[in-house]
Amino acid sequence: MSQEGRVHSSRVTPSESVEEKKADVPAPKKLSTENLDFYYGTFQALQNINLYFRENHITALIGPSGCGKSTFLRTLNRMHETVKGTRLTGQILLDGRDILKEDVNAVRLKVGMVFQRSNPFPKSIFENVAYGLRVNGFQGGKAAIHAVVEKSLVKAALWEEVKDKLHESAFGLSGGQQQRLCIARALAVEPEVLLLDEPCSALDPIATAKIEDLLFGLKSETTIVIVTHNMQQAARVSDFTGFFLLGKMIEFNTTNVIFQNPVKKETEDYVTGRFG
Amino acid sequence: MTRHFMQELDELQQQLLDMAGLVEAGIHGSVQAVTERDEAPADEVFANETRINQLEISIDEGVTRLFVQNPVASDLRLLRAIGKMNTDLERMGDMAVNIAERAITLISQPQVKPRIDIPQMASLTEFMVRSSIDSFVKRDVDLANGVLASDDAVDDLRDAVYRELMEFMQQEPAAVPASVSLMFVARNLERIADHATNIAEDALFFIQGVDVRHNRRHVPR
Repeated sequence: MSQEGRVHSSRVTPSESVEEKKADVPAPKKLSTENLDFYYGTFQALQNINLYFRENHITALIGPSGCGKSTFLRTLNRMHETVKGTRLTGQILLDGRDILKEDVNAVRLKVGMVFQRSNPFPKSIFENVAYGLRVNGFQGGKAAIHAVVEKSLVKAALWEEVKDKLHESAFGLSGGQQQRLCIARALAVEPEVLLLDEPCSALDPIATAKIEDLLFGLKSETTIVIVTHNMQQAARVSDFTGFFLLGKMIEFNTTNVIFQNPVKKETEDYVTGRFG
Repeated sequence: MTRHFMQELDELQQQLLDMAGLVEAGIHGSVQAVTERDEAPADEVFANETRINQLEISIDEGVTRLFVQNPVASDLRLLRAIGKMNTDLERMGDMAVNIAERAITLISQPQVKPRIDIPQMASLTEFMVRSSIDSFVKRDVDLANGVLASDDAVDDLRDAVYRELMEFMQQEPAAVPASVSLMFVARNLERIADHATNIAEDALFFIQGVDVRHNRRHVPR
């Protein structure tokens, strides 16, 4: 190859490699919904939601209050069934199997959830994490339970802060620590999907940053769906973003596209704050 | 975003357009000083440079202030475009000053005959500058693409001017100083056209979210 040829090819290669990277096979769809409609009594809260969540990726759901994003999140591990008078049609597929036809406890073991307000049990830090194992019939001795509790607290980036006070009440922890404890509790049963409903809305920026770092660390082993009102948080942590409005999924795309060049005007108006 | 943010963004765009107006006038005045051998328009170019530099700093400060507020989508692309256009316009202003300085030198030297292609080059360059700014103001994709398509023509005209002046210098050694000055004028015009191309690319990124730099068409994913 001539000198000129080499120079030429070295110029071309980087853009080609970018193209190749884009052409990578996308991660499989871990969880998806098909034609999902949801009703509170006669009020239709979700209309024909078709959405998927790629394995080992973080997907953020955004939208104004009342748009249905939290309702949608709750359907993903059938938490909606705890509310009387609700009705759901359509399919929710976990690895291609409809979770609506599975045992609900088995579903919630695979699809864990963390709520807006941290809700530790009135027990010790240790017991908060061990509780899920015990009620799910964990077959192991004390040492095994301790190992899982430690592993979960490490994953939730809380271990170093609580390892010397595992048997103290969880209520003695700060708000941010309590939220990470709830994440540790959810992680103890090794869920395949983790749903988080505005997990940082009651936390200060430092506690928020810890949770966000933790999510980055968790996505190698878990598929994460996070509902957030904080647009910057969605832009920071997620790979994909879905925008909900009035019970409909308006736009779903990579987070880059949603925050740089959204396709739908409603999305543009919402993310730029021109909404309403 | 808040109303305050949008107001500041509007003001920033207005400042950029004021700067673009000064730069356009500077390019026109500097070429006029060369072609008409007139110092007056050159002096005006020198006088305007300070204002252009002030605007550059003010726009940069405004862009930084608004970036802190985490703009997204079209606001994000607009701010990025304003920041980059600001740099390009300031450089174009400097190049107009370079041409005006050459004009002053040329006026003091015997007139060189062959500069037929310089007015043509200047005319095309000014058209590109105007179109690039208009493409941004009017959000006009066709205008921006027209600018990109014109860049090669300016390069060809510069090459023709160089060739002509080289031949002329070989025939008339006494005309070398003036010919070299004219070569610098052509060089600066060609660079101004390159910056106009950059502005058209920035306008396209703002309007469509597509990065067309370096002969590619990249859509962020």
